[in-house]
Amino acid sequence: MTMNRVDTNEAPNAQNRSPQSSARRRLPVSRGDLVFFVSVAAAAAVLLYLFPERAPAVAESSRGFLLEMFSILPAVVILMGLFAVFVSQELIVRHLGAGSGVRGFFLAVALGSLPTGPLYVAFPLVKAMRAKGAGTANMIAFLTAWASIKLPQEIIELRFLGPAFTATRFLLTLAAAALMGTIAERILRRWETTPATKEAT
Amino acid sequence: MGVTTVIINAFALFALGAAFIKRPAGARGALAIAVRAFVGLLPMMLAIILLIGLLLGFVPPATIAAMIGEESGPVGLAVAAGIGAVLFVPALIAFPLAASLLQAGASVGAVAAFITSLTLIGTVTLPVELRELGVKLTVVRNALGVVFALVIAVLMGRIL
Repeated sequence: MTMNRVDTNEAPNAQNRSPQSSARRRLPVSRGDLVFFVSVAAAAAVLLYLFPERAPAVAESSRGFLLEMFSILPAVVILMGLFAVFVSQELIVRHLGAGSGVRGFFLAVALGSLPTGPLYVAFPLVKAMRAKGAGTANMIAFLTAWASIKLPQEIIELRFLGPAFTATRFLLTLAAAALMGTIAERILRRWETTPATKEAT
Repeated sequence: MGVTTVIINAFALFALGAAFIKRPAGARGALAIAVRAFVGLLPMMLAIILLIGLLLGFVPPATIAAMIGEESGPVGLAVAAGIGAVLFVPALIAFPLAASLLQAGASVGAVAAFITSLTLIGTVTLPVELRELGVKLTVVRNALGVVFALVIAVLMGRIL
């Protein structure tokens, strides 16, 4: 899929399409994450000092997961980077909310599962689309797909939890996305028609 | 190295190569984004990997099984979903943790509950969601997220 985008995209927009690289120059590591890492490392040091006989088991498990992570995560972030540069967010905004019925649902899910950023990036997109009158059901389906069955995540899931787990969870989440959207739309419609409540947005 | 790893690495290399031929500046930008994303994930990833080591090295499988294993039943699913809802771990890094839990005696359902609620429900991102989507949509979406995390968990347990 990335390949097609490479062919169809024109060069002039390159600068605008990688806001991440220009907007923030400082180290992309959050302080909270660093604190968390230092705490875990300190806890590990204390525990292993008190119980040195556990060290081999701990080291073996950690090393195994570390190697697996380092063998797949670079490829995943490279694909995410390519996607960020060669496919603009406008593509999602342009198509989101288009189509109705089954087609609209699958479009929303497909757009949500594209390798884009974390969930909080999706909220403003959804807000913009709601302002344009997109249906609640498909917005919820879009958010569900974005959060839970995103392509990069599914790759890692496939590696660590296997094809049976990944495929089953994927299908169930797809069904959940449809049901959640439908139910949310019903609830909100009822909520909206109740005169006592005020419009939240 | 699993099949997934080989395929994804080959695909990433191929895509990157094609990007460099087609638009070198864009490819360099993509690499820069990738490096930043990787570095950004690194502290959390190393912490989680260390936690996994401690979990598998120190906590007996019986303890994990009693909390979120097959015999823990609905309580175990609720515990796993609750932990997932509160934690703020990037999903990419949560999967190794989920795999280690499975390895340490957690049930398939509990692991599914953990992943689904972790990704679907964000207590930390709640303020952003409230601001952008309003109270009603936020409440309904998160409430449904909790319900469906449990539904998916129960079904996963049955199917697998």
